[in-house]
Amino acid sequence: MIPASFEYVRAESVDHAVSLLQEHGEEAKLLAGGHSLLPLMKLRLAQPGVLIDIGRLGDLANIRDDGDMVSIGALTHHAQIEHSPLLRQECRVVSHTAGQVGDLQVRHRGTIGGSVAHGDSASDLPTVLLAVDAVMVAHGPEGTREIPASDFFTGFWETALTDVELLTTIKVPKLPNAGWSYQKFNRRAQDWAIVGAVAVKNGTTRIGLTNMGSIPLRATAVEAALQAGASLSDAAAVAAEGTNAPADVNGSAAYREHLARVLVRRALEEAGS
Amino acid sequence: MAIAVVNRRIEVTVNGKAHVDEVEPRTLLIQYLRENLDLTGSHVGCDTSNCGACTVLLDGVSVKSCTVLAVQADECAVTTIEGLADGDTFHPVQQGFVEKHGLQCGYCTPGMIMAAVSLLDENPHPTEQEIREGIEGNLCRCTGYKNIVDAIQWAAENS
Repeated sequence: MIPASFEYVRAESVDHAVSLLQEHGEEAKLLAGGHSLLPLMKLRLAQPGVLIDIGRLGDLANIRDDGDMVSIGALTHHAQIEHSPLLRQECRVVSHTAGQVGDLQVRHRGTIGGSVAHGDSASDLPTVLLAVDAVMVAHGPEGTREIPASDFFTGFWETALTDVELLTTIKVPKLPNAGWSYQKFNRRAQDWAIVGAVAVKNGTTRIGLTNMGSIPLRATAVEAALQAGASLSDAAAVAAEGTNAPADVNGSAAYREHLARVLVRRALEEAGS
Repeated sequence: MAIAVVNRRIEVTVNGKAHVDEVEPRTLLIQYLRENLDLTGSHVGCDTSNCGACTVLLDGVSVKSCTVLAVQADECAVTTIEGLADGDTFHPVQQGFVEKHGLQCGYCTPGMIMAAVSLLDENPHPTEQEIREGIEGNLCRCTGYKNIVDAIQWAAENS
């Protein structure tokens, strides 16, 4: 399968990428690792007229200490995140989850920024970024703005990024002493999660759900139950409240709701909540 | 919208040899390797980045070349199965597949070997479990995984 024809331009800097986005408007799509976009283009589910390749903006492919946060450049590959000593020390749930994405080859090419900007609720990292209160940094014609993860995912494959903005950095808080767990359930090792659940315990416990709606979700009912003193199993029993699980070849909505309850319980137990 | 297709000049070093070509931007790396360079050792299996039959090394790390554009490999080094042996001497992973009979029909083998080379480069002494997880992106529909894992273990012990 070969994608439909497109014009290819290579961005030389972040500002150049933004000006190319302004020039080409909604015909354009940004290309990073291409592991979300190219499969869609091969299936003709996406047919952009112009591809703006940002893959060589090396400034966006690093992980650095940023005070209370760790800043992850949007072009950082999953494999780099998985093995980053800084992230393994300061925000292990993120490095661990990066290692759960796809397979080794996919993790060599796929980027955190691509995964986040693609906005697929079946992806692992967006859910974890939501649970740890990550901040997305976007650069556009007016400059830079920060978008909290809770405001970033707006719909199925939709995010708060405008057509002329580029996601440059994902900032995650340092949580060196937090309890954490990411539970991913799938049929084959390399697949997307049928359902995923993350728990992060740092004082209070925050729960996120993968593939239980059109965007990554917080399991607010579980969080409230834990705050009110419920047992782990009683809290996990309300994991499907407020969700809108999809039904597809991998399972019905009811099956996913069952998985959410089971996986949240396991995540709470592993995180030591 | 009518697209003004402009071919793009790329310079790619494949198995140590420099190539300069003009390609349509939509050309996939696997397509470029097989059709432009006649390197047909890398296979197209699923064409959806699931099966790993098209795995090659791009700047030293394993990638699925059905999900990389040839223009993305511009100014990069690519290694395919054809570039792995040193003259008549097999790479240890190739030799491991010989020693342990790590193939049945052979279709997945080039991709399996390239994935294993990258895996051992990152983790020279993997456990059996790490090997199994490391090749999770490569499917063998003969399901001959036992001998493939043995072959990679042989290579780790004989590199």
